[in-house]
Amino acid sequence: MLRSLNINPDKCTGCLQCEMACSFENEGVFNPAKSRIKIFTFHEEGRFVPYTCTQCDEAWCLHACPVEAIKMNRETGAMEVLDSVCVGCKVCTIACPFGTVNYNQTTGKVIKCDLCGGDPQCAAACPTEAITYVDADATGLEKMRAWASKTDNQAHAN
Amino acid sequence: MTYVIVGAGPAGVVAAETICKLDPDGQVVMVGDEPDPPYSRMAIPYLLINNIDEQGTYLRKDAEHFGKAIRHVHGFASSVDAEAKTLHLADGRKIDYEALLVATGSKPILPPVPGIDGERVTTCWTLEDARKITATLKPGASVVLIGAGFIGCIILEALVSSGANLAVVEMGDRMVPRMLNETSGELLKKWCQEKGVNVMTSAQVESIEHHPDKAVVKISGDRHVDAELVISAAGVRANADFLEGAAVELKNGAVAVDRHMCSSVPGIYAAGDAACGLDFSTGDYSVQAVQPTAVEHGRIAAANMVKHGSVLHQGCINMNVLDTIGLISVSYGQWQGVEGGDRTSLLDRDRFRYINLQFDEDTLIGANTLGVTQHIGILRGLIQGQFKLGKWKQRLMQNPMLIMEAYLAATQGA
Repeated sequence: MLRSLNINPDKCTGCLQCEMACSFENEGVFNPAKSRIKIFTFHEEGRFVPYTCTQCDEAWCLHACPVEAIKMNRETGAMEVLDSVCVGCKVCTIACPFGTVNYNQTTGKVIKCDLCGGDPQCAAACPTEAITYVDADATGLEKMRAWASKTDNQAHAN
Repeated sequence: MTYVIVGAGPAGVVAAETICKLDPDGQVVMVGDEPDPPYSRMAIPYLLINNIDEQGTYLRKDAEHFGKAIRHVHGFASSVDAEAKTLHLADGRKIDYEALLVATGSKPILPPVPGIDGERVTTCWTLEDARKITATLKPGASVVLIGAGFIGCIILEALVSSGANLAVVEMGDRMVPRMLNETSGELLKKWCQEKGVNVMTSAQVESIEHHPDKAVVKISGDRHVDAELVISAAGVRANADFLEGAAVELKNGAVAVDRHMCSSVPGIYAAGDAACGLDFSTGDYSVQAVQPTAVEHGRIAAANMVKHGSVLHQGCINMNVLDTIGLISVSYGQWQGVEGGDRTSLLDRDRFRYINLQFDEDTLIGANTLGVTQHIGILRGLIQGQFKLGKWKQRLMQNPMLIMEAYLAATQGA
Protein backbone atom coordinates (compact mmCIF):
# COMPACT_ATOMS: atom_id res chain seq x y z
CA MET A 1 0.00 0.00 0.00
CA LEU A 2 1.31 3.44 -0.91
CA ARG A 3 2.13 5.49 2.12
CA SER A 4 2.92 9.15 2.50
CA LEU A 5 4.03 11.64 5.10
CA ASN A 6 1.20 13.10 7.09
CA ILE A 7 2.05 16.41 8.67
CA ASN A 8 0.04 17.86 11.50
CA PRO A 9 1.48 21.29 12.38
CA ASP A 10 -0.72 21.55 15.48
CA LYS A 11 1.37 18.82 17.08
CA CYS A 12 4.76 20.29 16.17
CA THR A 13 6.79 21.76 19.03
CA GLY A 14 9.62 23.01 16.82
CA CYS A 15 12.20 20.68 18.38
CA LEU A 16 13.90 20.17 14.96
CA GLN A 17 14.68 16.49 15.62
CA CYS A 18 13.23 15.73 12.19
CA GLU A 19 15.74 18.07 10.54
CA MET A 20 18.60 16.44 12.45
CA ALA A 21 17.42 12.95 11.53
CA CYS A 22 16.97 13.88 7.88
CA SER A 23 20.37 15.50 7.59
CA PHE A 24 22.08 12.57 9.32
CA GLU A 25 20.30 9.95 7.21
CA ASN A 26 20.99 11.70 3.92
CA GLU A 27 24.20 13.65 4.46
CA GLY A 28 25.83 11.86 7.39
CA VAL A 29 25.97 15.05 9.46
CA PHE A 30 23.75 16.66 12.07
CA ASN A 31 23.18 19.88 10.16
CA PRO A 32 19.64 21.23 9.86
CA ALA A 33 20.78 23.36 6.92
CA LYS A 34 21.17 20.11 4.96
CA SER A 35 17.79 18.72 5.91
CA ARG A 36 15.18 18.04 3.25
CA ILE A 37 12.38 18.65 5.72
CA LYS A 38 12.13 22.13 7.21
CA ILE A 39 10.33 23.54 10.21
CA PHE A 40 9.02 27.05 9.60
CA THR A 41 8.49 29.18 12.68
CA PHE A 42 5.67 31.67 13.01
CA HIS A 43 6.66 33.73 16.01
CA GLU A 44 3.67 36.00 16.04
CA GLU A 45 1.23 33.14 15.68
CA GLY A 46 3.17 30.85 18.00
CA ARG A 47 3.19 28.07 15.45
CA PHE A 48 5.61 25.63 13.85
CA VAL A 49 5.00 24.11 10.44
CA PRO A 50 6.99 21.11 9.20
CA TYR A 51 7.27 21.18 5.43
CA THR A 52 8.64 18.85 2.79
CA CYS A 53 7.86 17.34 -0.61
CA THR A 54 4.42 15.70 -0.98
CA GLN A 55 5.63 13.54 -3.91
CA CYS A 56 2.91 15.23 -5.96
CA ASP A 57 1.29 13.57 -8.95
CA GLU A 58 2.23 16.47 -11.20
CA ALA A 59 5.92 15.77 -10.49
CA TRP A 60 7.01 19.11 -11.86
CA CYS A 61 10.61 18.33 -10.93
CA LEU A 62 10.62 15.07 -12.86
CA HIS A 63 9.13 16.62 -15.99
CA ALA A 64 11.39 19.65 -15.86
CA CYS A 65 14.59 17.59 -15.68
CA PRO A 66 16.32 17.69 -19.06
CA VAL A 67 18.37 14.54 -18.51
CA GLU A 68 16.08 11.99 -16.77
CA ALA A 69 17.80 12.40 -13.41
CA ILE A 70 14.55 12.29 -11.43
CA LYS A 71 12.61 9.06 -11.43
CA MET A 72 9.64 7.75 -9.52
CA ASN A 73 10.31 4.90 -7.15
CA ARG A 74 7.38 2.62 -7.90
CA GLU A 75 7.43 1.04 -4.47
CA THR A 76 7.32 4.21 -2.41
CA GLY A 77 5.87 6.67 -4.93
CA ALA A 78 8.73 9.05 -4.19
CA MET A 79 10.41 11.15 -6.86
CA GLU A 80 14.09 10.34 -6.45
CA VAL A 81 17.12 12.26 -7.69
CA LEU A 82 19.69 10.02 -9.36
CA ASP A 83 22.95 11.62 -8.27
CA SER A 84 24.96 9.95 -11.01
CA VAL A 85 22.73 11.46 -13.69
CA CYS A 86 21.94 14.92 -12.24
CA VAL A 87 24.10 17.54 -13.96
CA GLY A 88 23.19 20.26 -11.46
CA CYS A 89 21.32 22.55 -13.88
CA LYS A 90 18.78 23.49 -11.14
CA VAL A 91 15.82 23.70 -13.51
CA CYS A 92 13.84 21.42 -11.16
CA THR A 93 14.49 23.80 -8.24
CA ILE A 94 12.65 26.61 -10.02
CA ALA A 95 10.03 24.34 -11.60
CA CYS A 96 8.80 22.85 -8.31
CA PRO A 97 6.06 25.26 -7.17
CA PHE A 98 6.30 23.86 -3.65
CA GLY A 99 9.92 24.91 -3.23
CA THR A 100 10.95 21.46 -2.07
CA VAL A 101 13.87 20.77 -4.40
CA ASN A 102 17.08 22.47 -3.29
CA TYR A 103 20.49 22.85 -4.83
CA ASN A 104 23.38 21.51 -2.78
CA GLN A 105 26.37 23.70 -3.58
CA THR A 106 28.77 21.20 -1.98
CA THR A 107 27.90 18.35 -4.31
CA GLY A 108 26.69 20.37 -7.29
CA LYS A 109 23.50 18.25 -7.37
CA VAL A 110 19.95 18.83 -6.24
CA ILE A 111 18.40 17.24 -3.17
CA LYS A 112 14.82 16.46 -2.28
CA CYS A 113 12.85 14.19 0.03
CA ASP A 114 12.91 10.56 -1.14
CA LEU A 115 10.99 9.18 1.84
CA CYS A 116 14.29 7.54 2.89
CA GLY A 117 13.43 4.64 0.58
CA GLY A 118 10.26 3.87 2.53
CA ASP A 119 11.37 4.46 6.13
CA PRO A 120 11.34 8.24 6.56
CA GLN A 121 13.62 9.19 9.42
CA CYS A 122 11.83 12.47 10.13
CA ALA A 123 8.70 10.55 11.09
CA ALA A 124 10.74 8.09 13.14
CA ALA A 125 12.41 10.95 15.01
CA CYS A 126 9.32 13.04 15.67
CA PRO A 127 8.44 12.73 19.37
CA THR A 128 4.93 14.19 19.07
CA GLU A 129 3.52 12.48 15.96
CA ALA A 130 3.43 15.77 14.11
CA ILE A 131 5.03 13.80 11.26
CA THR A 132 3.72 10.32 10.62
CA TYR A 133 4.09 7.93 7.71
CA VAL A 134 0.67 6.53 6.94
CA ASP A 135 -1.63 5.10 4.27
CA ALA A 136 -1.65 7.69 1.49
CA ASP A 137 -5.44 7.80 1.27
CA ALA A 138 -5.72 8.96 4.86
CA THR A 139 -3.42 11.95 4.70
CA GLY A 140 -5.64 14.59 3.25
CA LEU A 141 -2.89 14.97 0.69
CA GLU A 142 -5.49 15.93 -1.86
CA LYS A 143 -6.22 19.09 0.09
CA MET A 144 -2.57 20.07 0.00
CA ARG A 145 -2.37 19.45 -3.70
CA ALA A 146 -5.67 21.06 -4.60
CA TRP A 147 -4.31 24.41 -5.64
CA ALA A 148 -1.94 22.84 -8.12
CA SER A 149 -4.80 21.78 -10.36
CA LYS A 150 -5.73 25.42 -10.84
CA THR A 151 -2.72 26.06 -12.98
CA ASP A 152 -2.05 22.54 -14.10
CA ASN A 153 -1.48 21.94 -17.76
CA GLN A 154 0.05 18.53 -17.34
CA ALA A 155 -2.36 16.19 -15.61
CA HIS A 156 -4.80 16.02 -18.48
CA ALA A 157 -2.14 15.31 -21.05
CA ASN A 158 -1.00 12.17 -19.27
CA MET B 1 -2.74 8.55 -37.80
CA THR B 2 0.73 9.77 -38.80
CA TYR B 3 2.37 12.37 -36.62
CA VAL B 4 5.52 14.11 -37.78
CA ILE B 5 7.60 16.07 -35.33
CA VAL B 6 10.31 18.36 -36.61
CA GLY B 7 12.95 18.76 -33.95
CA ALA B 8 14.49 16.35 -31.44
CA GLY B 9 14.97 18.61 -28.46
CA PRO B 10 12.95 18.50 -25.22
CA ALA B 11 9.73 19.80 -26.83
CA GLY B 12 9.90 17.31 -29.70
CA VAL B 13 10.86 14.32 -27.58
CA VAL B 14 8.22 14.98 -24.91
CA ALA B 15 5.59 15.50 -27.61
CA ALA B 16 6.56 12.25 -29.34
CA GLU B 17 6.39 10.31 -26.07
CA THR B 18 3.06 11.88 -25.12
CA ILE B 19 1.57 10.97 -28.50
CA CYS B 20 2.74 7.36 -28.08
CA LYS B 21 0.91 7.18 -24.75
CA LEU B 22 -2.30 8.81 -25.99
CA ASP B 23 -2.47 7.09 -29.37
CA PRO B 24 -0.54 3.81 -29.16
CA ASP B 25 -1.55 2.89 -32.73
CA GLY B 26 -0.28 6.14 -34.21
CA GLN B 27 2.86 6.40 -36.34
CA VAL B 28 5.30 8.88 -34.80
CA VAL B 29 8.19 10.21 -36.87
CA MET B 30 10.66 12.59 -35.24
CA VAL B 31 13.01 14.46 -37.59
CA GLY B 32 16.25 15.88 -36.22
CA ASP B 33 19.11 17.54 -38.11
CA GLU B 34 21.94 16.67 -35.72
CA PRO B 35 23.74 13.32 -35.89
CA ASP B 36 23.70 12.72 -32.13
CA PRO B 37 20.92 11.08 -30.14
CA PRO B 38 18.47 13.68 -28.76
CA TYR B 39 20.35 15.68 -26.12
CA SER B 40 19.86 18.64 -23.84
CA ARG B 41 21.58 21.92 -24.62
CA MET B 42 21.00 22.75 -20.95
CA ALA B 43 23.61 20.13 -20.11
CA ILE B 44 26.37 21.48 -22.36
CA PRO B 45 27.89 23.78 -19.71
CA TYR B 46 28.37 20.72 -17.50
CA LEU B 47 29.97 18.84 -20.37
CA LEU B 48 32.38 21.75 -20.85
CA ILE B 49 33.50 21.56 -17.22
CA ASN B 50 33.85 17.80 -17.56
CA ASN B 51 31.23 16.95 -14.94
CA ILE B 52 29.57 14.69 -17.46
CA ASP B 53 30.44 13.01 -20.75
CA GLU B 54 28.41 13.43 -23.92
CA GLN B 55 26.04 10.63 -22.91
CA GLY B 56 25.25 12.65 -19.82
CA THR B 57 23.61 15.24 -22.04
CA TYR B 58 21.26 12.74 -23.68
CA LEU B 59 17.58 13.36 -23.03
CA ARG B 60 16.91 9.65 -22.74
CA LYS B 61 19.53 7.27 -21.42
CA ASP B 62 18.15 4.09 -22.93
CA ALA B 63 19.94 3.72 -26.27
CA GLU B 64 16.96 1.78 -27.62
CA HIS B 65 14.43 4.42 -26.58
CA PHE B 66 14.12 5.90 -30.05
CA GLY B 67 13.48 3.42 -32.79
CA LYS B 68 10.70 1.54 -31.03
CA ALA B 69 7.45 3.50 -31.05
CA ILE B 70 9.17 6.68 -32.21
CA ARG B 71 10.96 6.65 -35.55
CA HIS B 72 13.93 9.01 -35.35
CA VAL B 73 14.86 10.30 -38.82
CA HIS B 74 18.03 12.29 -39.42
CA GLY B 75 17.44 15.07 -41.87
CA PHE B 76 16.97 18.77 -42.35
CA ALA B 77 13.44 20.02 -42.90
CA SER B 78 13.49 22.36 -45.89
CA SER B 79 9.83 23.10 -46.55
CA VAL B 80 6.25 22.17 -45.80
CA ASP B 81 3.49 21.68 -48.34
CA ALA B 82 0.50 22.37 -46.08
CA GLU B 83 -2.06 21.49 -48.72
CA ALA B 84 -0.57 18.13 -49.58
CA LYS B 85 0.42 17.67 -45.91
CA THR B 86 3.97 16.78 -46.83
CA LEU B 87 7.22 17.67 -45.12
CA HIS B 88 10.17 18.02 -47.48
CA LEU B 89 13.71 17.29 -46.35
CA ALA B 90 16.78 18.97 -47.83
CA ASP B 91 18.03 15.67 -49.28
CA GLY B 92 14.84 15.25 -51.31
CA ARG B 93 13.01 12.84 -49.00
CA LYS B 94 9.33 13.53 -48.35
CA ILE B 95 7.33 12.61 -45.28
CA ASP B 96 3.54 12.74 -45.32
CA TYR B 97 1.80 13.74 -42.12
CA GLU B 98 -1.66 14.13 -40.73
CA ALA B 99 -0.49 16.29 -37.84
CA LEU B 100 2.81 18.18 -37.88
CA LEU B 101 4.65 19.62 -34.89
CA VAL B 102 7.21 22.39 -35.34
CA ALA B 103 9.60 21.81 -32.44
CA THR B 104 12.66 23.08 -34.22
CA GLY B 105 13.94 25.20 -31.35
CA SER B 106 16.13 28.16 -32.03
CA LYS B 107 19.57 28.90 -33.37
CA PRO B 108 22.23 31.43 -32.45
CA ILE B 109 22.19 34.85 -34.07
CA LEU B 110 25.61 36.01 -35.20
CA PRO B 111 26.19 39.73 -34.69
CA PRO B 112 26.72 41.40 -38.08
CA VAL B 113 30.36 42.37 -37.66
CA PRO B 114 33.23 41.87 -40.13
CA GLY B 115 35.13 38.66 -39.43
CA ILE B 116 32.32 36.91 -37.51
CA ASP B 117 32.45 34.05 -40.03
CA GLY B 118 36.16 33.41 -39.40
CA GLU B 119 37.54 30.09 -38.24
CA ARG B 120 38.34 31.15 -34.71
CA VAL B 121 34.73 32.14 -34.07
CA THR B 122 32.25 29.61 -32.76
CA THR B 123 28.83 29.62 -31.18
CA CYS B 124 28.11 27.54 -28.08
CA TRP B 125 24.88 25.84 -28.98
CA THR B 126 25.41 22.26 -30.17
CA LEU B 127 27.47 19.28 -29.06
CA GLU B 128 29.65 19.94 -32.11
CA ASP B 129 30.27 23.49 -30.83
CA ALA B 130 31.12 22.10 -27.41
CA ARG B 131 33.70 19.74 -28.95
CA LYS B 132 35.34 22.63 -30.77
CA ILE B 133 35.49 24.77 -27.63
CA THR B 134 36.87 21.92 -25.53
CA ALA B 135 39.59 21.29 -28.09
CA THR B 136 40.71 24.94 -28.03
CA LEU B 137 40.45 25.75 -24.32
CA LYS B 138 43.73 25.46 -22.46
CA PRO B 139 45.44 27.31 -19.62
CA GLY B 140 46.57 30.72 -20.77
CA ALA B 141 44.49 30.71 -23.96
CA SER B 142 42.84 34.05 -24.56
CA VAL B 143 39.13 33.87 -25.19
CA VAL B 144 36.64 36.59 -26.09
CA LEU B 145 33.01 35.94 -25.30
CA ILE B 146 30.51 38.05 -27.22
CA GLY B 147 27.39 38.42 -25.13
CA ALA B 148 26.80 38.18 -21.38
CA GLY B 149 23.29 36.80 -21.69
CA PHE B 150 22.09 33.49 -20.31
CA ILE B 151 24.30 31.29 -22.47
CA GLY B 152 27.37 33.48 -22.17
CA CYS B 153 27.08 33.47 -18.40
CA ILE B 154 26.34 29.79 -17.94
CA ILE B 155 29.51 28.77 -19.79
CA LEU B 156 31.72 31.28 -17.95
CA GLU B 157 32.62 28.74 -15.30
CA ALA B 158 33.94 26.33 -17.91
CA LEU B 159 35.97 29.10 -19.54
CA VAL B 160 37.38 30.39 -16.24
CA SER B 161 38.18 26.95 -14.84
CA SER B 162 40.09 26.02 -17.98
CA GLY B 163 42.59 28.72 -17.05
CA ALA B 164 41.80 30.83 -20.10
CA ASN B 165 42.19 34.60 -20.05
CA LEU B 166 38.69 35.81 -20.57
CA ALA B 167 37.12 38.99 -21.87
CA VAL B 168 33.35 39.40 -22.10
CA VAL B 169 31.74 41.99 -24.36
CA GLU B 170 28.09 42.80 -23.65
CA MET B 171 26.00 45.31 -25.58
CA GLY B 172 23.56 45.92 -22.72
CA ASP B 173 24.36 48.13 -19.75
CA ARG B 174 24.60 45.13 -17.42
CA MET B 175 24.98 41.37 -17.43
CA VAL B 176 21.97 39.24 -18.44
CA PRO B 177 19.74 42.26 -19.09
CA ARG B 178 16.87 39.97 -20.07
CA MET B 179 16.63 38.32 -16.67
CA LEU B 180 18.37 40.58 -14.16
CA ASN B 181 17.54 44.13 -13.14
CA GLU B 182 20.19 46.85 -12.77
CA THR B 183 21.09 45.94 -9.18
CA SER B 184 21.52 42.22 -9.73
CA GLY B 185 23.05 42.61 -13.20
CA GLU B 186 25.67 45.00 -11.81
CA LEU B 187 26.35 42.77 -8.82
CA LEU B 188 26.88 39.80 -11.11
CA LYS B 189 29.39 41.86 -13.07
CA LYS B 190 31.30 42.62 -9.87
CA TRP B 191 31.28 38.90 -9.02
CA CYS B 192 32.76 38.02 -12.42
CA GLN B 193 35.37 40.75 -12.23
CA GLU B 194 36.47 39.45 -8.83
CA LYS B 195 36.92 36.04 -10.48
CA GLY B 196 39.35 37.62 -12.92
CA VAL B 197 37.02 38.05 -15.88
CA ASN B 198 37.37 41.23 -17.91
CA VAL B 199 33.70 42.27 -18.30
CA MET B 200 32.86 45.12 -20.65
CA THR B 201 29.22 46.25 -20.64
CA SER B 202 27.65 48.84 -22.96
CA ALA B 203 30.33 47.65 -25.36
CA GLN B 204 30.17 46.37 -28.90
CA VAL B 205 32.45 44.21 -30.99
CA GLU B 206 33.20 46.24 -34.12
CA SER B 207 35.27 43.75 -36.06
CA ILE B 208 37.28 40.57 -35.80
CA GLU B 209 40.55 40.54 -37.72
CA HIS B 210 41.92 37.11 -38.46
CA HIS B 211 45.68 36.49 -38.42
CA PRO B 212 47.46 33.15 -38.75
CA ASP B 213 48.18 32.87 -35.02
CA LYS B 214 45.29 34.83 -33.48
CA ALA B 215 42.24 36.97 -34.01
CA VAL B 216 42.15 40.60 -32.98
CA VAL B 217 38.77 41.64 -31.62
CA LYS B 218 38.12 45.37 -31.94
CA ILE B 219 35.73 46.70 -29.36
CA SER B 220 33.95 50.06 -29.15
CA GLY B 221 35.90 52.74 -27.28
CA ASP B 222 39.10 52.03 -29.21
CA ARG B 223 39.78 48.82 -27.35
CA HIS B 224 41.11 45.58 -28.77
CA VAL B 225 41.75 42.13 -27.39
CA ASP B 226 43.78 39.30 -28.93
CA ALA B 227 41.93 36.00 -28.99
CA GLU B 228 42.69 32.40 -29.84
CA LEU B 229 39.00 31.68 -29.59
CA VAL B 230 35.94 33.91 -30.00
CA ILE B 231 32.66 32.55 -28.67
CA SER B 232 29.57 34.27 -29.98
CA ALA B 233 26.61 34.06 -27.61
CA ALA B 234 24.64 37.05 -28.82
CA GLY B 235 21.12 35.70 -28.66
CA VAL B 236 19.01 33.18 -30.54
CA ARG B 237 16.06 33.14 -32.90
CA ALA B 238 13.49 30.52 -33.78
CA ASN B 239 14.14 28.03 -36.58
CA ALA B 240 11.10 28.80 -38.68
CA ASP B 241 12.61 29.56 -42.08
CA PHE B 242 11.44 26.25 -43.53
CA LEU B 243 7.82 27.30 -42.99
CA GLU B 244 8.07 30.08 -45.51
CA GLY B 245 5.58 29.24 -48.23
CA ALA B 246 3.32 27.27 -45.89
CA ALA B 247 1.41 30.43 -44.88
CA VAL B 248 2.05 29.74 -41.22
CA GLU B 249 1.68 32.97 -39.30
CA LEU B 250 4.77 34.01 -37.35
CA LYS B 251 5.04 36.25 -34.31
CA ASN B 252 8.34 37.47 -32.87
CA GLY B 253 10.03 35.24 -35.42
CA ALA B 254 8.37 32.09 -34.08
CA VAL B 255 5.17 30.23 -34.94
CA ALA B 256 2.13 32.03 -33.56
CA VAL B 257 0.07 29.40 -31.75
CA ASP B 258 -3.34 29.45 -30.09
CA ARG B 259 -4.13 27.88 -26.73
CA HIS B 260 -4.16 24.44 -28.35
CA MET B 261 -0.63 25.08 -29.59
CA CYS B 262 -2.05 25.09 -33.12
CA SER B 263 -0.69 27.47 -35.74
CA SER B 264 -2.74 29.50 -38.19
CA VAL B 265 -2.72 26.42 -40.45
CA PRO B 266 -4.90 23.54 -39.18
CA GLY B 267 -2.86 20.41 -38.59
CA ILE B 268 0.38 22.31 -37.96
CA TYR B 269 1.29 22.79 -34.31
CA ALA B 270 4.32 24.31 -32.62
CA ALA B 271 6.07 23.94 -29.27
CA GLY B 272 9.12 25.17 -27.39
CA ASP B 273 11.49 27.86 -28.62
CA ALA B 274 9.87 27.73 -32.06
CA ALA B 275 6.45 28.67 -30.66
CA CYS B 276 5.14 32.05 -29.63
CA GLY B 277 2.78 30.83 -26.91
CA LEU B 278 0.61 32.17 -24.13
CA ASP B 279 2.45 33.81 -21.23
CA PHE B 280 0.80 33.14 -17.87
CA SER B 281 1.87 36.47 -16.39
CA THR B 282 1.04 38.90 -19.14
CA GLY B 283 -1.80 37.14 -20.93
CA ASP B 284 0.13 38.00 -24.05
CA TYR B 285 1.95 35.68 -26.46
CA SER B 286 5.73 35.47 -26.31
CA VAL B 287 8.74 33.27 -27.01
CA GLN B 288 10.10 32.19 -23.63
CA ALA B 289 12.79 29.83 -24.89
CA VAL B 290 13.24 27.95 -21.62
CA GLN B 291 13.25 24.22 -20.87
CA PRO B 292 10.13 23.98 -18.64
CA THR B 293 8.10 25.87 -21.23
CA ALA B 294 9.35 23.61 -24.02
CA VAL B 295 8.27 20.52 -22.10
CA GLU B 296 4.87 21.94 -21.21
CA HIS B 297 4.29 23.02 -24.81
CA GLY B 298 5.30 19.58 -26.04
CA ARG B 299 2.76 17.80 -23.84
CA ILE B 300 -0.10 20.14 -24.66
CA ALA B 301 0.63 20.18 -28.39
CA ALA B 302 0.78 16.38 -28.42
CA ALA B 303 -2.57 16.03 -26.68
CA ASN B 304 -4.18 18.36 -29.19
CA MET B 305 -2.52 16.65 -32.13
CA VAL B 306 -4.11 13.39 -31.00
CA LYS B 307 -7.47 14.98 -30.21
CA HIS B 308 -7.82 18.59 -31.17
CA GLY B 309 -9.35 20.68 -28.43
CA SER B 310 -8.57 18.20 -25.66
CA VAL B 311 -6.20 20.40 -23.62
CA LEU B 312 -6.27 24.16 -23.31
CA HIS B 313 -2.96 25.84 -22.51
CA GLN B 314 -3.19 27.95 -19.35
CA GLY B 315 -0.02 29.85 -20.21
CA CYS B 316 3.55 29.26 -19.13
CA ILE B 317 5.26 31.32 -16.51
CA ASN B 318 8.60 32.64 -17.67
CA MET B 319 11.35 31.43 -15.37
CA ASN B 320 15.06 31.06 -15.46
CA VAL B 321 17.89 29.83 -13.29
CA LEU B 322 21.48 30.64 -14.10
CA ASP B 323 24.76 29.65 -12.46
CA THR B 324 27.53 32.11 -13.26
CA ILE B 325 30.83 30.84 -11.85
CA GLY B 326 28.96 29.65 -8.77
CA LEU B 327 26.68 32.64 -8.25
CA ILE B 328 23.10 31.55 -8.85
CA SER B 329 20.51 33.95 -10.20
CA VAL B 330 16.81 33.30 -10.70
CA SER B 331 14.02 35.20 -12.40
CA TYR B 332 10.27 34.65 -12.50
CA GLY B 333 7.35 36.24 -14.26
CA GLN B 334 7.12 39.99 -14.25
CA TRP B 335 10.34 40.68 -12.38
CA GLN B 336 10.41 44.14 -13.92
CA GLY B 337 7.16 44.97 -12.16
CA VAL B 338 3.94 46.50 -13.42
CA GLU B 339 2.64 50.02 -13.32
CA GLY B 340 1.05 50.84 -10.02
CA GLY B 341 2.43 47.71 -8.38
CA ASP B 342 4.58 47.65 -5.25
CA ARG B 343 8.09 46.31 -5.09
CA THR B 344 10.49 45.40 -2.36
CA SER B 345 14.08 44.25 -2.29
CA LEU B 346 16.85 43.26 0.04
CA LEU B 347 20.51 43.55 -0.87
CA ASP B 348 23.65 42.25 0.81
CA ARG B 349 26.29 43.49 -1.58
CA ASP B 350 29.26 42.00 0.27
CA ARG B 351 27.79 38.50 0.25
CA PHE B 352 26.35 38.83 -3.27
CA ARG B 353 22.81 38.19 -2.10
CA TYR B 354 19.76 39.92 -3.45
CA ILE B 355 16.04 39.41 -3.68
CA ASN B 356 13.51 41.56 -5.51
CA LEU B 357 9.76 40.93 -5.29
CA GLN B 358 7.10 42.56 -7.45
CA PHE B 359 3.43 42.76 -6.53
CA ASP B 360 0.18 43.66 -8.19
CA GLU B 361 -2.01 44.75 -5.27
CA ASP B 362 -1.38 41.94 -2.77
CA THR B 363 -0.43 39.23 -5.27
CA LEU B 364 3.15 38.31 -6.13
CA ILE B 365 3.70 38.59 -9.88
CA GLY B 366 7.45 38.42 -10.34
CA ALA B 367 10.81 38.12 -8.66
CA ASN B 368 14.50 37.94 -9.23
CA THR B 369 17.23 36.80 -6.92
CA LEU B 370 20.97 36.45 -6.69
CA GLY B 371 22.63 33.99 -4.33
CA VAL B 372 19.31 32.73 -2.95
CA THR B 373 18.60 29.07 -3.63
CA GLN B 374 16.74 27.56 -0.67
CA HIS B 375 13.06 26.83 -1.45
CA ILE B 376 13.37 29.05 -4.50
CA GLY B 377 10.55 27.25 -6.34
CA ILE B 378 8.06 28.64 -3.87
CA LEU B 379 8.25 31.87 -5.84
CA ARG B 380 6.63 30.00 -8.70
CA GLY B 381 4.02 28.62 -6.31
CA LEU B 382 3.20 32.07 -5.00
CA ILE B 383 3.07 33.67 -8.45
CA GLN B 384 1.20 30.92 -10.28
CA GLY B 385 -1.14 30.27 -7.37
CA GLN B 386 -2.10 33.97 -7.56
CA PHE B 387 -2.61 33.98 -3.82
CA LYS B 388 -3.97 37.07 -2.12
CA LEU B 389 -1.30 37.63 0.49
CA GLY B 390 -3.28 39.86 2.82
CA LYS B 391 -1.22 40.87 5.86
CA TRP B 392 1.68 38.80 4.54
CA LYS B 393 2.24 41.30 1.79
CA GLN B 394 3.28 43.88 4.36
CA ARG B 395 5.50 41.32 6.06
CA LEU B 396 7.15 40.56 2.72
CA MET B 397 7.57 44.25 1.99
CA GLN B 398 9.54 44.45 5.25
CA ASN B 399 11.40 41.17 4.82
CA PRO B 400 11.22 39.65 1.34
CA MET B 401 13.07 36.55 2.54
CA LEU B 402 9.87 35.33 4.25
CA ILE B 403 8.59 33.79 1.01
CA MET B 404 8.16 30.28 2.45
CA GLU B 405 6.28 31.60 5.45
CA ALA B 406 4.03 33.69 3.23
CA TYR B 407 3.28 30.62 1.13
CA LEU B 408 2.44 28.47 4.13
CA ALA B 409 0.21 31.21 5.50
CA ALA B 410 -1.58 31.46 2.16
CA THR B 411 -2.03 27.72 1.62
CA GLN B 412 -2.33 26.27 5.11
CA GLY B 413 -3.52 29.27 7.06
CA ALA B 414 -0.37 28.97 9.14
